[in-house]
Amino acid sequence: DHFVQSVPDNPSMWVAPADSLFVSAANADSEAEAGAKFGLGREALPEEIAAWDLDVRPDGTGLPEGSGDVWTGDELFAEHCAVCHGDFAEGRDNWPKLAGGKDTLADKDPLKTVGSYWPYLSTAWDYVHRSMPFGNAQSLSADDTYAIVAYILYSNDLVDDDFTLSHENFLDVEMPNADGFIVDDRDTAEKHFWTDEPCMENCKESVEITMRAAVLDVTPEDESAEVEASATTEDQQEASAVSAGAEKGEVEVASVDAAAQTDAAESTTMAAPDPELVAAGEGVFRKCKSCHQVGDGAKNRTGPMLNGVVGAPAGHIEGFRYSKPLEKAAAGGLVWTPEELRAFLANPRGYMKGTKMSFAGLKKDEDLDAVIAYLQSFSQ
Amino acid sequence: EPDPLITEIQDWAAGLGDGVDATPYGLPIKFEDDVVRRNVEWLTADTISSINFTPIHALDGTITPAGCAFERHHSGAIELRKEDYRLMINGLVDKPLIFNYADLERFPREQHVYFCECAANTGMEWAGSQLNGAQFTHGMIHNMEYTGVPLRTLLEEAGLDAAGDLSDKWVYVEGADASSNGRSIPMEKALDDVLVAFKANGEALRKEHGYPVRLVVPGWEGNMWVKWLRRVEVMDGPVESREETSKYTDTLADGTSRKWTWVMDAKSVVTSPSPQAPITHGPGPLVITGLAWSGRGAITGVDVSIDGGKTWQPARLAAPGTDKALARFYLDHVWDGSEMLLQSRARDETGYVQPTKAQLREVRGENSIYHNNCIQTWWVRETGEAENVEVS
Repeated sequence: DHFVQSVPDNPSMWVAPADSLFVSAANADSEAEAGAKFGLGREALPEEIAAWDLDVRPDGTGLPEGSGDVWTGDELFAEHCAVCHGDFAEGRDNWPKLAGGKDTLADKDPLKTVGSYWPYLSTAWDYVHRSMPFGNAQSLSADDTYAIVAYILYSNDLVDDDFTLSHENFLDVEMPNADGFIVDDRDTAEKHFWTDEPCMENCKESVEITMRAAVLDVTPEDESAEVEASATTEDQQEASAVSAGAEKGEVEVASVDAAAQTDAAESTTMAAPDPELVAAGEGVFRKCKSCHQVGDGAKNRTGPMLNGVVGAPAGHIEGFRYSKPLEKAAAGGLVWTPEELRAFLANPRGYMKGTKMSFAGLKKDEDLDAVIAYLQSFSQ
Repeated sequence: EPDPLITEIQDWAAGLGDGVDATPYGLPIKFEDDVVRRNVEWLTADTISSINFTPIHALDGTITPAGCAFERHHSGAIELRKEDYRLMINGLVDKPLIFNYADLERFPREQHVYFCECAANTGMEWAGSQLNGAQFTHGMIHNMEYTGVPLRTLLEEAGLDAAGDLSDKWVYVEGADASSNGRSIPMEKALDDVLVAFKANGEALRKEHGYPVRLVVPGWEGNMWVKWLRRVEVMDGPVESREETSKYTDTLADGTSRKWTWVMDAKSVVTSPSPQAPITHGPGPLVITGLAWSGRGAITGVDVSIDGGKTWQPARLAAPGTDKALARFYLDHVWDGSEMLLQSRARDETGYVQPTKAQLREVRGENSIYHNNCIQTWWVRETGEAENVEVS
């Protein structure tokens, strides 16, 4: 038994006999007990504990006061979450789906979402508040988090559109799969795997090959291998099938007129951006960072890298898989002048229907100016 | 024909090699540049939240070199300086404490070799043979010698009297990265063999393995080995965090899911020959080798079959199995050049015998994702090439 050796709870059990040896032994014990402390570290301050101790438990312990409604959540979700999880929490590419999958858990490929699978609502609140949005964690207020979680519930048809989630009604929400879990029972359900005498000879009559990996051919051949498969794996389990393959097949290769490019680039030559505006833009760009990189060593991520984007022809990053409408616009000669970028960033999906960039848009003029100035500071 | 490599004076035998300072911290020689971690792109949306695989097909012995030991991140591998490192112990303790890195180095240390296996290792094989290589089917594992302080020591430093009866208490552990990757661990395990580690294989932890401090939870699924460990909270129940409800739970055929399936059951795999390590010589002496491990204790034996499980013979363990660590096995075989269906089967000190895939599916169905410890089959052809297959 490795369990903790604790001193007896009741010190009166330690009846001190006249035997001085025993007394000194007892003293030695208590000294050893005190000596077990090394006196290292310092006491944690209440503010420090409050800053890090953010976990929320199934019974609501740890939930801060606050509330948020579905419609506020819809807007926040579009701005902060939809780029990966889709407008309706249905998931994009290989990112997790948060909605759907009702009654699929016993199917061949169950769809495990907040609605279909998660047993506790506290888990969603805790994770959104502590670790999301991806690349900008802990930026959501308590009210924002309530609203986003309310929207996720709505996306799963678990609440109506007039629902407001708060610390007061949090425990009233019923999670469909709350009773869907059992504690590890391998010791009993798999007891037959404990057999001290495994078979060594004549263990079976015949052996046939029933499946071959080479038939599926999903093994990466080298670093640049691009493979698509409908395999079942951890993160793919709840993510959509790889859509890149289908898209790649449909996309026509854009041929941008070289002369047009040059003209456009020349026409957009302008003065160096205002340093103050650039600094402000760096802050605004945080919203973009979960998908886009800019600066030294910037690479394509969910979105293309943005070095030199201001003034460049649309779709100019080689090797990035743009959406079909963007490819079309690029073929039509679209150039990312500050004006075009401004219109796009103010309302991406309004400007370009079908864009993969699921970002709600920048509402403030000063944010638009700042982020474009910031991008302009990273010319090629 | 005399071998010119012998009869002619070679450059390396006449000229000079590198001086001692050519590589202040060395990397493998360029001829081994194929022995690297590999990613399977279609598995995940982005490498920042993904996993790669240890090239176990190309390694021998049991210790995994840190530079090719698999990585799993949920929000990317962060850079956290020792000077900026803080570890908080709070919750049901007598006095909540903050340790810095230098504090940790002043507690009595221990050293242990343990394997760390991702719960999803071999997960892609539930539905059938998919990936052609031991690296891809079994490479979410590494085995290192850790130096660190028992978590028990740190908990006792903060004092556990406030927690009262410890039998129903838990600790919640989380990392400093954006994902936090919080996990709940029963107090019994926390006080048993969990280590707060800062060295692996003698050197500082690598960035991708949680520098400067990670948790080591011997025998239990890798997700609980929280990297960049920043907080341990003593609690009277589990948090039921994202990583222990929506993930790392095992859905059975009827749609019910098992939770708290922390222990990694006994498992083994032949690492060579295997699809990435074909036989390149003809018939004759052949070293069949592989790895075996169990989260329940020491490996006591490994059997190898060359006929798809009809008959088995005991392999030789390179050294006696040790608690929750990789064991290396060898079968010194004389290959007759005919095709083989190679399998290995591990046994551990609790009497557990590694099951077949069919046995596992019988109990768990095909939707578990995690904890697939089935017997693996390699179909080795007359040419020496091998392929991942499933057999009846």
